Amino acid sequence: MVEFTLPANSVVRPGKKVSNARDAKNKRVFKIYRWNPDDKENPRLDEYEVDLDKFGPMVLDALIHIKNEVDSTLTFRRSCREGICGSCAMNIDGMNTLSCTKPIDEIKGDIKIYPLPHMPVVKDLVPDLSLLYAQLASIKPWLQTQSPAPPKERLQSPADRAKLDGLYECILCFCCSTSCPSYWWNPERYLGPAILLQAYRWLADSRDEMAGERLDALEDPFKLYRCHQIMNCTRTCPKGLNPAEAIVEIKKLIVRRRG
Amino acid sequence: MSSKQGTSLVTDLARARGLGASHTGTEHWWEQRLTSIALVPLTLWFIFSIASLAGADYATVKAWLQQPLSATLAIILVAVTFHHAVSGMEVIFEDYIHTKCAKLTAIIAIKFVAVLGAVICILSVLKLALGG
Repeated sequence: MVEFTLPANSVVRPGKKVSNARDAKNKRVFKIYRWNPDDKENPRLDEYEVDLDKFGPMVLDALIHIKNEVDSTLTFRRSCREGICGSCAMNIDGMNTLSCTKPIDEIKGDIKIYPLPHMPVVKDLVPDLSLLYAQLASIKPWLQTQSPAPPKERLQSPADRAKLDGLYECILCFCCSTSCPSYWWNPERYLGPAILLQAYRWLADSRDEMAGERLDALEDPFKLYRCHQIMNCTRTCPKGLNPAEAIVEIKKLIVRRRG
Repeated sequence: MSSKQGTSLVTDLARARGLGASHTGTEHWWEQRLTSIALVPLTLWFIFSIASLAGADYATVKAWLQQPLSATLAIILVAVTFHHAVSGMEVIFEDYIHTKCAKLTAIIAIKFVAVLGAVICILSVLKLALGG
């Protein structure tokens, strides 16, 4: 059955409270989920009070400041710090987003930060995304053709290229898939919004010749039809994309080929 | 490509690919949409009819249901409502119940109950509509 309560060893307990900004004028409290696989303890919520004048405006700036100046054990992924690598996706103030493009001043009160929901946690804010990567591989997210390769590049009209707008920008941060209750309840069988948007990105590509096989591989009550269009994916996407619409387009293609 | 969350030696790609796509589900999804569309006028018709019959005696209601159009729409309403309800419940069970045996039992049970309910309702309509 669906789990509505956390197992005993996953219940989040209050953690330590640390401040390096006691006399600061412009300070905020960051409440951050911590879990260490090595110490057999329950997860805890540590509170860090920091001086906002000491670092940049984004949540990632605060996390890097805390790791450098307050607690070097804090663990999180980050790389590009400009919203293009997708590494720093996490749940901030109740919403999945990229910490590098989330301004601190958009959040009222204490800033609560958790890892992406309903994924196994590796440590602190680092989720295990192995299954999502395998699901991405399973839909063959690359150009597939039967025609012999042309001597030069494969041509595409500007109009056909425009059909990929709103799809190619996906950075695979998985904010959407981990915001989707259908994906929470059936992660092994439902592909989820991120993977289905990728699937549609190749279905929509005029250069690809395997649309039929791609639709065959998606037509399934669980792989595709777990989407009930509640739109959490579209609402949370930090890149402003619309996975729910891509899923509807896949369903329309399947209906269209039936007659 | 190994999973960090358990001791399983099954690869993540094997988990992701599972038993493959069943090439079904479209019919179910499409019929759920069609039945919802059909239920809009049918339900409105039923509500307006019942409202206009408020306070009427048995003979008046019987006379109303004995009109061919009323009886036909009532039977279609029953059939479509049960069809829509059972396909919706099936989706809910698939979403939330993960024990294979419990899921299958629940889905079979809801289908049997729906057939029972639908036949009872249709027979009741027919009894009134065709009864002397």
